[in-house]
Amino acid sequence: MTELPRSEDYPSPQIRVEALEALLVERGLVDPNVLDGFINRYVNDVGPMNGAKVVAKAWVDDDYRKRLLADGTEACKELGFGGPQGEHIVVVENTPEMHNMVVCTLCSCYPWPLLGLPPNWYKDPAYRARSVREPRALLKEMGLDLPDSVEITVWDSSAENRYFILPMRPEGTEGLSEDELAKLVSRDAMVGVAQVTAG
Amino acid sequence: MDGIHDMGGTQGWGSVEIDPNEPVFKEDWEARAFALSLASMGVSGTNLDAFRHGLERLHPVDYLSEGYYGRWISTAELLCVDSGILPPGAVAARARVMQGEKVDEPADVETQKPQYERGGAGSLREIEDTPKFEAGQTIRASSLRKSGHTRLPAYVRGRTGTVIARRPAAVLPDSTAHFTGEDPQHVYTVEFDSTELWGEGAEKSKVRIDLFESYMEAA
Repeated sequence: MTELPRSEDYPSPQIRVEALEALLVERGLVDPNVLDGFINRYVNDVGPMNGAKVVAKAWVDDDYRKRLLADGTEACKELGFGGPQGEHIVVVENTPEMHNMVVCTLCSCYPWPLLGLPPNWYKDPAYRARSVREPRALLKEMGLDLPDSVEITVWDSSAENRYFILPMRPEGTEGLSEDELAKLVSRDAMVGVAQVTAG
Repeated sequence: MDGIHDMGGTQGWGSVEIDPNEPVFKEDWEARAFALSLASMGVSGTNLDAFRHGLERLHPVDYLSEGYYGRWISTAELLCVDSGILPPGAVAARARVMQGEKVDEPADVETQKPQYERGGAGSLREIEDTPKFEAGQTIRASSLRKSGHTRLPAYVRGRTGTVIARRPAAVLPDSTAHFTGEDPQHVYTVEFDSTELWGEGAEKSKVRIDLFESYMEAA
């Protein structure tokens, strides 16, 4: 198997990206327009706004919430969300007694169809390392100070199941529409490192 | 394999910074690296598990210093060279030419894409094997240390936990990454108590992790 030279002897990633693209395009193996399409999809079309729609619908429609918790993949498909890194979606619900959060300690697996590509903190070695060992201390540092009475469960995405958190609906949002609720739902709450606030 | 990628429970990393205004890609090259990496799996005739293993094969210092998309572009190159799509050194040579250096670019080599049978798209498979475990059962995670790719992290090896659910069967990354076959297996979510993983005095919490059937034994 190939071994790459060490990075100190190697051109920077920026220039290697250009070189690799040129070499593959010359050989007719990749189409730059297809690459543009991948990028456009994950910059503009797929992101936390998808997951937020799922959460808001679950908050206003209890039948949907039940379907979502019973079969996340199918319930997300109802709203048009599925595909790569979302082959099997499992939704877990945060409650006043139980807090759930998601990590991938081995790489950075993440439910792309619902949340887009992972943010830097999710890929940070500190998050990957500490979440499974000292989640309470880590969450507190990240701004979520949970009372000792709340149990914490950490989901390590080590296979092809993708975990998604249904956060608690904040108090004082009874009169809001589904669209208004969706705007309150943050990415970080859907990974389980924050809670949704009424704004 | 045992390596830098297996970070669960390792210590000394410091704190996590959240940047609330972070763009999807911080720089244009990261977006290009992302898209090229997705394309590289098809171009090289490999797969997602081989890509993940490629990340693990990078030197541990580079794994950390190159950052997420730096790792990806190195792995995309690695898979293309493994499959003979590009000759070794082609990317570095072209990069130097693009920077104005006079460098000879290596001649193409014979392609040697991996030959193995795929049972379908994606990673999930329908299998008929009777599941060996069921929800509620106590199991022990294998303590074997593999040299190749595996999705059994070090921190659960040899530890005892409880099966909480069976998930859809999926191709075994340990064989799929090495193109020796898909060996699809049942997958289970297993709950481990923090004291079982980290000893008495650990923060009280639970970890739930997905394990392939061959990673588990009855306990």
